[in-house]
Amino acid sequence: MACAKTLYRKLIDSHTVRELDDQGNVLLYIDRSILNEYTSPQAFSGLREKNRKAWRPESVLLNVDHVNPTRPVRDNKMTDPGGQLQVDYFRENSRDFGIELFDVLDTRQGIEHVVAPEQGFILPGMVIAAGDSHTTTYGALGAFGFGIGTSEIEHFLATQTLVYKRLKTMRVKVIGKLGSSVTAKDIIMLLIQKIGASGATGFAIEFTGPVITQLSVEGRMTICNMAVEAGARGAFMAPDEKVYHYLQDKPRAPKGEMWELALQSWQNLSTDEGAEFDREVELNCDTLEPMVTWGISPDQADNISGKLPDPVNEKDPQKRLAQEKALAYMALKPGMRLTDIQISHAFIGSCTNGRIEDLRLAAEVLKGKKIASHVRGMIIPGSTLVRQQAEQEGLAKIFIDAGFEWRQSGCSMCLAMNEDVLEPGDRCASSTNRNFAGRQGAGSRTHLMSPAMVAAAAIAGHLTDVRSINGGEQ
Amino acid sequence: MQTFTVVTGKVAPMMDANIDTDVIMPKQFLKGIDRQNLDRGLFFDLRLLSDGQPNPEFILNRPPWRDSAFMVVGPNFGCGSSREHAVWGLQQTGIRALIGTSFAGIFADNCQRNGVLLICLTPEQVAEVAAVAAQPHHNTVSIDLSLQQIQLDDGRTIGFQLDERNRQALMKGLDAIGVTMEYEGEIREFEEQYRERNLWVQIPRPEN
Repeated sequence: MACAKTLYRKLIDSHTVRELDDQGNVLLYIDRSILNEYTSPQAFSGLREKNRKAWRPESVLLNVDHVNPTRPVRDNKMTDPGGQLQVDYFRENSRDFGIELFDVLDTRQGIEHVVAPEQGFILPGMVIAAGDSHTTTYGALGAFGFGIGTSEIEHFLATQTLVYKRLKTMRVKVIGKLGSSVTAKDIIMLLIQKIGASGATGFAIEFTGPVITQLSVEGRMTICNMAVEAGARGAFMAPDEKVYHYLQDKPRAPKGEMWELALQSWQNLSTDEGAEFDREVELNCDTLEPMVTWGISPDQADNISGKLPDPVNEKDPQKRLAQEKALAYMALKPGMRLTDIQISHAFIGSCTNGRIEDLRLAAEVLKGKKIASHVRGMIIPGSTLVRQQAEQEGLAKIFIDAGFEWRQSGCSMCLAMNEDVLEPGDRCASSTNRNFAGRQGAGSRTHLMSPAMVAAAAIAGHLTDVRSINGGEQ
Repeated sequence: MQTFTVVTGKVAPMMDANIDTDVIMPKQFLKGIDRQNLDRGLFFDLRLLSDGQPNPEFILNRPPWRDSAFMVVGPNFGCGSSREHAVWGLQQTGIRALIGTSFAGIFADNCQRNGVLLICLTPEQVAEVAAVAAQPHHNTVSIDLSLQQIQLDDGRTIGFQLDERNRQALMKGLDAIGVTMEYEGEIREFEEQYRERNLWVQIPRPEN
């Protein structure tokens, strides 16, 4: 029985250079990283100060995504001096350390978690560490990805390793049948609501079950991406034929004989029968409806047909306080229907939901419709390649005809580090991952939901069940 | 890295759950390429009113807590973005340790790498520290990392556990990269064998 291993242990063990103690700390070999302009500068400065080199420059990609403008016509100028400084230093670091850069005008550029899979830079069985918490996305490809801070970026760049403590393991089995217009986003929002924003702290999550198998690779990425909002430091799924099909022919995927070798080595990437997890969770999708958040933590969420909670009914004092604080910040009344919440903005994009499939789902809802006159709608594709594809498929025209702004790729109004910022009191239906107070701009209010639900809210002018717009059919 | 052995100071309570790194260090302070002056950004939207005046309600603006060396915090402190700027801001403000029931993973690693001690206690113990922290005149505690013990103002003590490796690193102020570089030979050997076993990971950079 000691032989049965979880996929997590297989991924970690195959990358362990040495055990560092008997507490689970190991020196972990990192295959690849993709760095952005805002969490990496001090790491490069640290290398310069100590006269250290990058261990394996070709294992890293630099990619501008947080501060770049999304103006419809792209140019090379950042919106503010701070962003310009970061991009300029990024370019200098690319030159001096010999690391490839996807600069603002590069057609392969975009949000790092969209770009890296799109390029075939992330492959099953790999361990990826990067300076962004949503690095967990790569688990959808059967890799293990996790977010690190700037000091650890420096450590990785200098040594190709990290000092890493093995996590506990959680298996989330997703069963049942997804209803129409219920998506991967709703599944992960259900999990976060169920286990809480720190429910997976200290854990790596393996997602299994028939619903996961049926999801597209892009849908799986949405789930792994947002698992960090439950505190998970890694979330992954065993790779399958869909993953191999997704990767084949990607620019950086292995070719020919190497592809065959890769396929062979990926066969072993699943949890052995009988392997034990520290925690098991089951999610049944039979009754799952489209979900939205109403508060300022991702676990403050409910079915769209639900009502806002009344803190008076909450027994746990800490939860009650959190509800009161959230309702006050969001300027919402206890007991009101979620569908009565009026919005001023609609945002589709981000590393969670800025992929081509997400845009297709939104376009399906928006086709032939107009968004409410009081709503400003923005669509920010996850990468320049996604943007180009959406234009080729005619999606861009649907968005523009519906009244959405069709803009250039980037992180944009997910965290609002560029010029796309909400004003105090603005209320946004958002396909992003965080509804923290002030996340999309000081005093702004964010409701998380799937891209289809954002599209529906934009049309209605308030939160609404996308199935009422789609007529309950697909 | 600043070392931590015994530190005595005031402890400020901030018991809200899920304080995220966007709140600890708002986005407008992330536009630099160095680590300087991040104390200006710490809890910016909580610390200052919209007219730029200090918010008298905010705990770290109030006289007994203004110079706190420690904070006792609610669950899941430091969740959200990987931004290490949040930890640099805490450190530059003079915060040497945080006490709570749970901390977000990346944030915890960032603290460790910058010499900020994180102490995880049971909810009951955290409540005990929070009660002490809330008293304006008896909120000084002493944290001894060699004994792994918090001493409260009235003489009570609370023991805590820390990963031994982390404890040594904090007490000695070790350069983590320097320590790992002692294994340079082993890393090279591992890398060679790993790449031999997995030839497919070696992908040539495609032409543009």
